Amino acid sequence: MGRRFLPSAHQQVHGRQRALEQSPFGRQTGAMINLPIQTEPVRLAYLDLNSSPEQDVLVLSGDWVIGSVGAVDDQLANIARQGTKPLRVDPSGIARMDSAGAWMIARMKRDGERARRPVEIGASMPECQELLNQVLATLRPPLPIPRPVPGFIALLLGLGRYTISLGARISRMLSFFGLLLVTIASLISRPKHWRVTSMVFHMKAVGVDAVPIVGLMSFLIGVVLAYQGASQLQRFGAEVFTVNLIALSVLREIGILMTAILVAGRSGSAFTAAIGSMKLREEVDALRALGLNPVEVLVVPRALALLFTLPMLAVFAAIAGLLGGMIMCWSVLDISPVSFMVRLNEAVRINHFLVGIIKAPFFALAIATIGCFEGFEVEGSAESVGRLTTVSVVESIFVVIVLDAIFSIFFATINY
Amino acid sequence: MMTSANPTIAICVRGLTNRFGAQVVHENLDLDVIRGEVLGVVGGSGTGKSVLLRTLIGLNRPAKGQIRILDTNLIGASDRDMRALERRWGVLFQDGALFSSLTVAQNVDLVLKEQTDLGPRLRREIAALKIAMVGLPPDSGRKFPSELSGGMRKRAGLARALALDPEILFLDEPTAGLDPIGAAAFDELIKSLNTTLGLTVFLVTHDLDTLHAITHRVAVLAERRVIRCLPLKELVNDPHPWIQSYFSGPRGRVAALSHAGAA
Repeated sequence: MGRRFLPSAHQQVHGRQRALEQSPFGRQTGAMINLPIQTEPVRLAYLDLNSSPEQDVLVLSGDWVIGSVGAVDDQLANIARQGTKPLRVDPSGIARMDSAGAWMIARMKRDGERARRPVEIGASMPECQELLNQVLATLRPPLPIPRPVPGFIALLLGLGRYTISLGARISRMLSFFGLLLVTIASLISRPKHWRVTSMVFHMKAVGVDAVPIVGLMSFLIGVVLAYQGASQLQRFGAEVFTVNLIALSVLREIGILMTAILVAGRSGSAFTAAIGSMKLREEVDALRALGLNPVEVLVVPRALALLFTLPMLAVFAAIAGLLGGMIMCWSVLDISPVSFMVRLNEAVRINHFLVGIIKAPFFALAIATIGCFEGFEVEGSAESVGRLTTVSVVESIFVVIVLDAIFSIFFATINY
Repeated sequence: MMTSANPTIAICVRGLTNRFGAQVVHENLDLDVIRGEVLGVVGGSGTGKSVLLRTLIGLNRPAKGQIRILDTNLIGASDRDMRALERRWGVLFQDGALFSSLTVAQNVDLVLKEQTDLGPRLRREIAALKIAMVGLPPDSGRKFPSELSGGMRKRAGLARALALDPEILFLDEPTAGLDPIGAAAFDELIKSLNTTLGLTVFLVTHDLDTLHAITHRVAVLAERRVIRCLPLKELVNDPHPWIQSYFSGPRGRVAALSHAGAA
């Protein structure tokens, strides 16, 4: 290891030249010989305490390096703190010392002085002395440790802080939503600033690419509804009402709700992660500095893409759900597709479809707002992108369900 | 040819070839780094300075060549040898590459926790010592990397690189993006670490002041290899056109002038 020899500048220059000439491979050869691995084993750190009536003398020897000092850590700390006689530390026998070893010695001084015990550090080997001096120079009064708050009060404090930050967050989110609406409104009269390419790109990402999974999921939900409905309604001989059950629940609630939840998980998270990473890499700041409005460039295309595609996805989900229900009715209840259609026609009025589809734009705006808002909340670390992506998905699903509940009450009240 | 290990050579590279697809970055590159020296590495953009550094620390596997660091063959080293070797060098990446979810003190402590058997109290103290040694104020240990300025982040990255008292320090453009005062202070810091800890320093830089202030020798990367590896004083008189334009351009002349009195 390199710390044992610290030659003077003069010697270093010569050492360097010699080293070049002695290169183990010769200067001309390109080949390398496999030399045995040479590692200097770390020896132990030794300490020896000699007491006399007027002072204690601590003699240190061996290797005082990071690999060896752990073993004498507690011992040294105790020696420094216990005892009242002046302590003399003699590090001159130390063969090898690194900054961890130097710290152990410097710490004796600090600990002793805290215990009002004079500690004198003797000279070490000249090549280690500069390091020891430098480490001694870093000794400084310890930082005040913040006084711990009692548990109950800490709990109340935490609750209060959380409430305040939650309130602030909700108000920021609502302002962001307002900003989004204002920006969209201001864009109406400025067709030059419509970012059609970006919007179409996002429509593909959030809409077209989601078609297979939305279709499969809705189809399976139709199957499940038909199966569960049939097994219950059969007991009353009312299995034909399974069609009504499927039609109403898929069209009014399940189709759009499941689609919105899926899109929140799929696209809301993508919005947060993408905008969050851009924020970390100062791309958002760059947009601002270039005189571009980040909301206009990043948020509006995503929000509009979702606004246009979520209703279409909802229609597609409804069709897939009905199809699943129809196939299940055919195979379990022997209701042929034709009679399923007839029954469907009797059971469903246009308002059932409208109740479902009217919710889609609201859900879309909620998902886009939350997804983008959380992206802009990203700060500092890569970890915050991950955390806020999770937050964004949980919040948008929660908000979608709250909105759905409000719509349910509303439509029930107006009897639609 | 000698058959015993040479303790005065810290890094020995022979016949190194690096290529990415059809692009050859290094071809037959030879380089020696002597223990205890500060070696500066310069070269135009795209000459593979950072690739060389990444190759030396095992992050990039070369197409051909031999690398011997601290008497261990890097190519084909077993996992165990590699771990042992990694404990003996420290790396400062360009922007510090601190773990953003940990405080500065935790960043330093992480290395100590994973690589040593020291107790938590001693680890904390050593982390604080390293933070003090790189010249950061004591309260910065509790801060997160995002709360620090660029220069402080570099110092914090250096504290982490020094956590295990390495024998070799790899620095990737340590003074890039620092103001001249901060850069000069960083140079001083590295110089003093070089003398007090006996560190071998492998320094990739574009900073002519740094080259003048702290390097013992400067390796010039061009034409896919190290074309010169000389003390700066000899290098500036070299007739090679790239070296001439590098060191005798307006910036080079100013840096040389300002350090002529000091040296």
